[in-house]
Amino acid sequence: MSRGRTAWLFLTPALLVLGVFFFVPVLGALGLSLTDYDLYALADIRNLRFVGLHNYGELLQRPLFWTALGNTFYFVVVGVPLSIGASLGTALLLNSPLARMKAFHRTVLFAPVVTTVVAVAVIWRYLFNTRYGLVNHALAVLGLNPVDWLGDPHWAMPTIIAFAVWKNFGYNMIILLAGLQAVPPELYEAARIDGASRWRQFRHITLPMLRPTMVLVMVLTVAGYFQLFAEPYVMTEGGPLQSTTSVLYLMYDDGFKWWNFGVASAVAFALFGIILAVTMLLLRLARRGAAA
Amino acid sequence: MSRRRWRLLAPALLLVGIAACRGDHDDRHTLTFWAMGRESEAVAQLMPAFEREHPDIRVDVQQLPWKAAHQKLLTAIAGDTTPDVAQLGNTWLAEMCALDALEPLQPYVERSRVVQPADYFPGIWATNRIDGTLVGIPWYVDTRLLFYRKDLLAAAGFDAPPRDWAAWSRQLAALQAQAAPDHYAILLPTNEFEQLLSLALQQDEPLLRDGGRYGNFESAGFKRALAFYVERFKRHEAPLLANTEVPNPWAEVGRGVYAFYFSGPWNIGEFRQRLPASRQDEWATAPLPGPHGPGAGIASGSSLVIFRHSPRKAQAWLLIEYLSRPEVQQQFYALLGDMPPRRSAWRGDALRGDPAVQAFHEQLERVKPTPPVPEWERIVTEMQLVAARAAHGELTVDQAAAEIDRRTDAILAKRRWMLDRAGRAR
Repeated sequence: MSRGRTAWLFLTPALLVLGVFFFVPVLGALGLSLTDYDLYALADIRNLRFVGLHNYGELLQRPLFWTALGNTFYFVVVGVPLSIGASLGTALLLNSPLARMKAFHRTVLFAPVVTTVVAVAVIWRYLFNTRYGLVNHALAVLGLNPVDWLGDPHWAMPTIIAFAVWKNFGYNMIILLAGLQAVPPELYEAARIDGASRWRQFRHITLPMLRPTMVLVMVLTVAGYFQLFAEPYVMTEGGPLQSTTSVLYLMYDDGFKWWNFGVASAVAFALFGIILAVTMLLLRLARRGAAA
Repeated sequence: MSRRRWRLLAPALLLVGIAACRGDHDDRHTLTFWAMGRESEAVAQLMPAFEREHPDIRVDVQQLPWKAAHQKLLTAIAGDTTPDVAQLGNTWLAEMCALDALEPLQPYVERSRVVQPADYFPGIWATNRIDGTLVGIPWYVDTRLLFYRKDLLAAAGFDAPPRDWAAWSRQLAALQAQAAPDHYAILLPTNEFEQLLSLALQQDEPLLRDGGRYGNFESAGFKRALAFYVERFKRHEAPLLANTEVPNPWAEVGRGVYAFYFSGPWNIGEFRQRLPASRQDEWATAPLPGPHGPGAGIASGSSLVIFRHSPRKAQAWLLIEYLSRPEVQQQFYALLGDMPPRRSAWRGDALRGDPAVQAFHEQLERVKPTPPVPEWERIVTEMQLVAARAAHGELTVDQAAAEIDRRTDAILAKRRWMLDRAGRAR
């Protein structure tokens, strides 16, 4: 048996699993997005029509799709920098020689990541309740007016961003912490001898050395944040006034509420296209930055 | 696998198969009953009496949260794992019928001594008939009407609630004239479709035309209803608020922020619980005024259905008959406050002696079904989204009616294609 065949043999189980549970469903969904599969087609397959790109065309003319896309971009553009900023900040603190009880703090800061979204979202809903929530209680102590966090279209998305950042920053923190620990201490020593300030050490040693890690974290976070769903599903049901309806939420509604799987699959592939384009753009920017 | 091994394996598989059949045989009389929300909790308490009457039947009541119920039903139909009996919101019947999931019940009713169609409110019974086929038996009913403050109405010079739109308009105007700032004559939450739908059902024109092929929202009748609805906001008799912004309408009606509240039967319990005893005689209920005299209302509620693939249809029907008995419906009302669909059940003391529910009794005699098309929930959702824009003044009544028709026609495109194809095949 040649080496190549042995390799394929070892790969077969994994490829089979991937094929059955990933590639086949994805191809199926792509096929569905070109049909008008709906309730009637579920009843009788003869009610299925091939509609080509009609679903995609309709999607572009749907105001709610653009609203959902706008909401999703809002979430990504504000949420990703906040999330990575929080991760980097806590990673720097944990990596600082001054930090005590590192293992404990690392565990505590990582804890939100391993909790279930739904359970924690329910607790956040209590915290941000207009009348009984702790957050408004704290505002009252400071003499500020209560905010209708989840009921006001202007505040609902910021509240969801805060929740998502809190929930997710621990994961990137661990990756960035590993990146920080991989920076050779000699570089800092040399900088100190040259008289560089803490800030300049950060700008000219830490950030450049973290660059590959940052690119990875950025790509993963952007792709993850574009798939916003569970948070609005549990906390606001897409409201108020559809201000927290994300693209994925729209897909869920189309697919599982109205059972229009053709349209829902088209939404899914549109989102896939957007994430792919944004990721390519990020990677290209990162490469150009590295070259410069 | 070699042929020899296959031969060894075959008897083993056969045995497993027999064991599986045997297991099936043992629980042949276990009925699976899907019920939703609070109903599922209350109905479980009615099951021991049924099981005593039928020792050979056991009922497994499975509880579905309302929010997940629709999705779970469709998934069950797609995967052929439907229960024997289920509670279905009556607006879902057309959809389940389009999927051919429900057992026609007319033959059962004809043989039944318990389920008497003439005893049911006709509008409610009609919601269970889809394209001429009876697919559900009404279990409890729900409609919308007016809750109002008697004392505020009296102070404005009216000793009785309105019976028609003209009187209603006069009362609303008079109430608004004497209202304090930020107080309103009526609460019509802009994200609830039931209010406008009730007014629309009071018109002679149907809401869809040509056998459910096109929207009929540009009819004179619907425009009249929409104009009456929008007028309330234009004259500031109703605030532009969604129900999420009015977390406690009962306290606000109690404080007189709203004189009329257009809503459903669960509010009776809420008002009794939330307002102090001394203020209980300030509020009352009234049937809906119509364009010319008492008007129609919506016929919502839940029905009991048998799934076509159930192997225990006879037992399932026994359960439906049991839950349809007037005395069991009265027990159900006592447990939950869900109103019975049978007139004879309304003769019980708890219902007859309660003035607040009497208006519902009167209204239920005049409820009308919505068009029985599977797309109806989507249509009515779009109707309200557009109507809310008209209420905000972004669209005129004519523009809004045209927009609702446009969206409805788009939603119904697939249905038209199917109906036309079926027509050609015939």
